[in-house]
Amino acid sequence: MEERKIVVPGETIIQGDEFLPGDGTRREEKDIVACRYGLADLSDRLVRVIPLSGVYVPRRGNVIIGTIVGVTFKGWLVDFGSHQNGFLNVAEVPRYIGKGELRDFLDFGDVVCAKVFSTDGNNIDLSIKLRGFGKVEGGQLIQVNPNKVPRVIGKEGSMVNLIKEATGCDITVGQNGVVWVGSEKIENELAARKIIEFICENSFVAGLTEKVENFIEKEFGKKIKSRDVQPQSEEKEEPMGEVDA
Amino acid sequence: MAKTESAYKKRSDGRKFDELRPISAKVGVVPSADGSAIYQSGKTRALAVVRGPRILHPKHMENPEKGILRFTYQMMSFSVWDRIKPGTSRRGQEIGKVSEWALNEIVDLDAFPNSVVDVIVQIPQADAGTRVAGLNAAAMALAQAGVPMKEMVSAVAVGKMDRTLVADVDKEEEDFEEGEGATDIPVCLTSRTKKIALLQLDGKISIPELKEAISMAKKACAKINEIQMKALKEPGKEIKG
Repeated sequence: MEERKIVVPGETIIQGDEFLPGDGTRREEKDIVACRYGLADLSDRLVRVIPLSGVYVPRRGNVIIGTIVGVTFKGWLVDFGSHQNGFLNVAEVPRYIGKGELRDFLDFGDVVCAKVFSTDGNNIDLSIKLRGFGKVEGGQLIQVNPNKVPRVIGKEGSMVNLIKEATGCDITVGQNGVVWVGSEKIENELAARKIIEFICENSFVAGLTEKVENFIEKEFGKKIKSRDVQPQSEEKEEPMGEVDA
Repeated sequence: MAKTESAYKKRSDGRKFDELRPISAKVGVVPSADGSAIYQSGKTRALAVVRGPRILHPKHMENPEKGILRFTYQMMSFSVWDRIKPGTSRRGQEIGKVSEWALNEIVDLDAFPNSVVDVIVQIPQADAGTRVAGLNAAAMALAQAGVPMKEMVSAVAVGKMDRTLVADVDKEEEDFEEGEGATDIPVCLTSRTKKIALLQLDGKISIPELKEAISMAKKACAKINEIQMKALKEPGKEIKG
């Protein structure tokens, strides 16, 4: 397939025994059939469907930004817009927390940046033990479509770095579509918000980085070039979130 | 079948007996929703919105093995000539339930235990065949919402006017009273395996005639499915057919 095509559930993507069904597809005799709506992608022999829309589905290793919605005896419940709440165990925070002290550390309504470390069974387990994770204070949260997060991050974080350079903000992109921007000056935060909104509106445009550079130059009169990254084989979904302490 | 002359010789709007009303479909009409679609067949119009998979309330409905589908069907108060009371009705609940069963055949919610996919169908304008229009819209909205599905569904209401079988019944035909009167048969078929996901019957019909009606529905559903696919491949664009 030279060009990625939109496929509809039940549609035959490709025929042949040599192809392997990947995410969002299944095999039916010779046919590889789509199980969800999205863009069909063929890399080597693996056929998969890249989601275009829909709610965020957490995967191991994802970085998310969510809100504390529950406190139990042994941890916190975190709402991050998925089909169920994530669970943050007391053992998964950087310091020891005694019984009854949970609400002193993280209370209802607090925003945390956490890593998904397991999605086994019926639970989504979170951790903030690593550096760069924990309670989010100050700054602003920007809600974007979770399916457009790879565009906001860019190749190897190129887009995030571009925004950081242009505005001087600290930025954390949650894979669930919540972006945190923080700066000393609120003007910088608002500028970053503007750029991120621009990216989301133009997410399907070819040569997005260039467009964003022009947009920054026009809006803020700054000329910034994104540092060239080594040419990657293909623009792929960036699996990692960009985290800044 | 030794056919005596049927009292229904010509359709009121001049259509052929197996011809559908003009269809229009559009996907992505509600930006805040995860998936949405509008489907129009003649004067009947259905708007479907999908939200989820999301956390389910009330909690006692939760299924720890797989996610559930919740279908809400409502007619708007101005959808018919006489104002109808807005909100849930006995009829609306029943249609919601049967549509839910039909869609449960194709959605695969094993990956989302304890959660719900909400499908909300509203009928802004009704001219018979609202449940099938609702199902057509709901299938498109579910697909756009990225819900894992085995295949799509398309639905059509086949009717028997006296002894004539017709596809895509409108309100005037539904009220036909001469001879044997009108029989209304909503049929919902899956797109790939052509299985029956919904079959209702309001009236009376013989077995050979019912078989004929279902094969008529199969042909009509193939046409509807084509339009649904086109609409999904060009989200935001109105597809006519």
